[in-house]
Amino acid sequence: MNEIDLDTHVQNTWCPGCGNFGILSAFKSTLKELVSSDELKLKNVVISAGIGCHGKILDYVKVNSFYSIHGRVPPTLTGMKLSNPSLEVIGFAGDGDAYAEGISHLIHAAKRNSDIKMIIHNNQVFALTTGQFTPTTPEGFKTKTSPKGSIERPINPLTLMLVSGATFVARGFSGNVEHLKNLFKEAIRHKGFAVVDILQPCITFNNTFQFYKERVYDLNKTEYDKKDFNSALSKANEWGDKIPIGIFYNAEKKTFEESILEGL
Amino acid sequence: MEFSILIGGEAGDGIRKAGNLIGRIFNQAGFYVFVHDDYSSLIRGGHNFSVIRVSEKKVFSYHNKLDMIIALDSETIKKHQNKLIPKGLIIFDGTFKEKIKNGLPVPLSSMVNKIKGIPIMRSSVAIGVLCYLFKIPTELAVQIMNEVYEKKAELNIKLLNMSYEYAERNFNRINKIKIKYGNKRLLTGNEAIALGAKKAGLKLYIAYPMTPATSILHFFMDHKNDLGLRVVQPENEIAVINMALGAAYAGTRTMIGTSGGGFALMQEAFSLSGMNETPLVVVESQRAAPSTGVPTYTAQADLRFVLHAGHGEFPRILIAPSDIEEAYYKTSEALNLAWKFQVPVIILVDKTLSESVTNIKLINDRITYEKEKIAEQTENYKRYKFTDDGISPLSFPGGKSIVKASSYEHDEFGITTEEPEEIKRMQEKRFLKTKAITEDLKKKKTVELYGNNKDLVITWGSSKGAVLDAVDMMEKDIAVLNIIYLEPFPTWKVIPIIKKAKRIACVEGNFTGQLASLIREKTGFNIKEKILKYDSRPFDPIELANSLEKVF
Repeated sequence: MNEIDLDTHVQNTWCPGCGNFGILSAFKSTLKELVSSDELKLKNVVISAGIGCHGKILDYVKVNSFYSIHGRVPPTLTGMKLSNPSLEVIGFAGDGDAYAEGISHLIHAAKRNSDIKMIIHNNQVFALTTGQFTPTTPEGFKTKTSPKGSIERPINPLTLMLVSGATFVARGFSGNVEHLKNLFKEAIRHKGFAVVDILQPCITFNNTFQFYKERVYDLNKTEYDKKDFNSALSKANEWGDKIPIGIFYNAEKKTFEESILEGL
Repeated sequence: MEFSILIGGEAGDGIRKAGNLIGRIFNQAGFYVFVHDDYSSLIRGGHNFSVIRVSEKKVFSYHNKLDMIIALDSETIKKHQNKLIPKGLIIFDGTFKEKIKNGLPVPLSSMVNKIKGIPIMRSSVAIGVLCYLFKIPTELAVQIMNEVYEKKAELNIKLLNMSYEYAERNFNRINKIKIKYGNKRLLTGNEAIALGAKKAGLKLYIAYPMTPATSILHFFMDHKNDLGLRVVQPENEIAVINMALGAAYAGTRTMIGTSGGGFALMQEAFSLSGMNETPLVVVESQRAAPSTGVPTYTAQADLRFVLHAGHGEFPRILIAPSDIEEAYYKTSEALNLAWKFQVPVIILVDKTLSESVTNIKLINDRITYEKEKIAEQTENYKRYKFTDDGISPLSFPGGKSIVKASSYEHDEFGITTEEPEEIKRMQEKRFLKTKAITEDLKKKKTVELYGNNKDLVITWGSSKGAVLDAVDMMEKDIAVLNIIYLEPFPTWKVIPIIKKAKRIACVEGNFTGQLASLIREKTGFNIKEKILKYDSRPFDPIELANSLEKVF
């Protein structure tokens, strides 16, 4: 087997120790393994990203890419899929990108079960703009725009995605690359809208590495039925001494693109 | 020979459909027609009317000198009887006991009740009377009713025949028109835009509802299967434009449509299409603004807005078709240009053009599908390759080439750059395309000059219709210059024409004289005489002729 080369000549500018490295590594391994097993053709892969530290991933992976604008990755991907259904379209977004600026798009892409994959780098902070609060920043957390601690309660991305109609909902941890890779693989194998929310430390503005490392456990290694919507909703609300990661929900439904292209 | 008929009633009375049907009858009889719909932003009640102008020669507008009023309610008489010519007639719902000046009483409601029809069918009774008065064979109207009402035609046809006989017994013919059976097609401006786009290879239409662009979306939804078109209504205008860019990046000719407010929401991604050189066609159908404005009425006040839309500087093409026929051809041109030059193209129309109806003969041969420049498949594909004309051949994902498009400033491969030399060169590459676009436009109809008098009216967009009709009504000989391409601005055409003119007036539907200011910016000529209208209604050619008399 020839080694698949996904590297570009671009120098990586993420902070040393950034959670993005884990995500990049898991993503590259995912592509390599799915291509090797003939499940995926690299030429059909298109990645897109919003604006923020996460977006730089587009420059670091040698595949088709569309650098979108802040918050607008989901409709960009849906457009590609409507244009050419054989493309495998994968989007990256930050928590500010996906859950603030572009939240309506994410909800509607989930609602219509558009056959796109969304990978959310959720570090609970705007990092590239040097530290402001986002929709997932914990209450009381101090940032440059919440100097006395955030006065807002964070949203829960998983429950939001579940009630919006997402057919694949998962959570990963950037510190567990092997687990993350498996989530990516399953997300790509899933036909329909898939979202993977990734708990990611921001080494500079919100270093949660130790916090998560001590708490996360693999939900799918417990007695758990990922086809059961109510269990998913209930597990998605678990957050404290123990934090579940893994696939929360996985269901088969007709995709938006299938419906649009029907009869044409 | 020409005449104008107004049909009016409440929203829900089917006025628009009836107006369209009358237009189709006269079209079938071989006449030129222009149908204007006037309606408010409500679903039931209020006052709606359609004016059907019928003529032996081509007409581009409607005016307020009516030969006949068909009044489905008393409000219609109250509102419009002052526009009736002295010998004009009013068909109203009533009996001979009711005395109305110039009135022809027709028991519209009781005839409908007699056959257990519904109130919306009253217009069919009126149309029967109309056919008698103009000596239009009922078979002709029956054919049109079958086409328009399909399965619901039967009762309407029954009413048509009943009222024709009623009119025969009670009235004298007013006008025996010669039937020549035409072969033109009745189209709204929005339908012409839709068909023109399809002809140039449109595969995907995306829009969020907004008057007056919505009927493009309706038309495409109705015909998506026979046109083989994907049609999508996303969550908002921001999704619309980003979806369009994703689709175009993947190789699909895509168009989007909205009005000023919706286009305002699209600004950030409009700029993205300039930066990542993804082909895009936007139909912006103007309505009276600012803000929500007057949603179902017209304006030409977004010219400066679309010229400068999007942050930063990037080349674009702006086309303002001035009539329904031109809308058909210019939209197909827009699609070809967007793909040939990889720039955003705006089709700027307005409520008047979008929703008015006229009959045109579409000559399909006049439209060709012009192919974009496609790159050879290579592992070292450069999406933004430097070339002599600034146009980097396209490639789409799915092949050997890796296609990297970017909203960031980028190098030839599409990789982010912050190096001043690279940034400068890439900006120059994008603007190099303007030269190629201009050369291409020199081969196209960018302006149209009517007449060659030294007195000149300059106009753009739908106002051209009223200007041409006004000039036609005047005894003085006046030339008309209509500017179709507003960016790149056709100075090569406009400057020589202005130089030859003695007196010039600019006619447009806005407060600040946006075209006049653009002409000054692009040519240095300052046009002082401006006839501006900003009451959200189109120019009336009779009123306009009076205003022009004062200038020339």
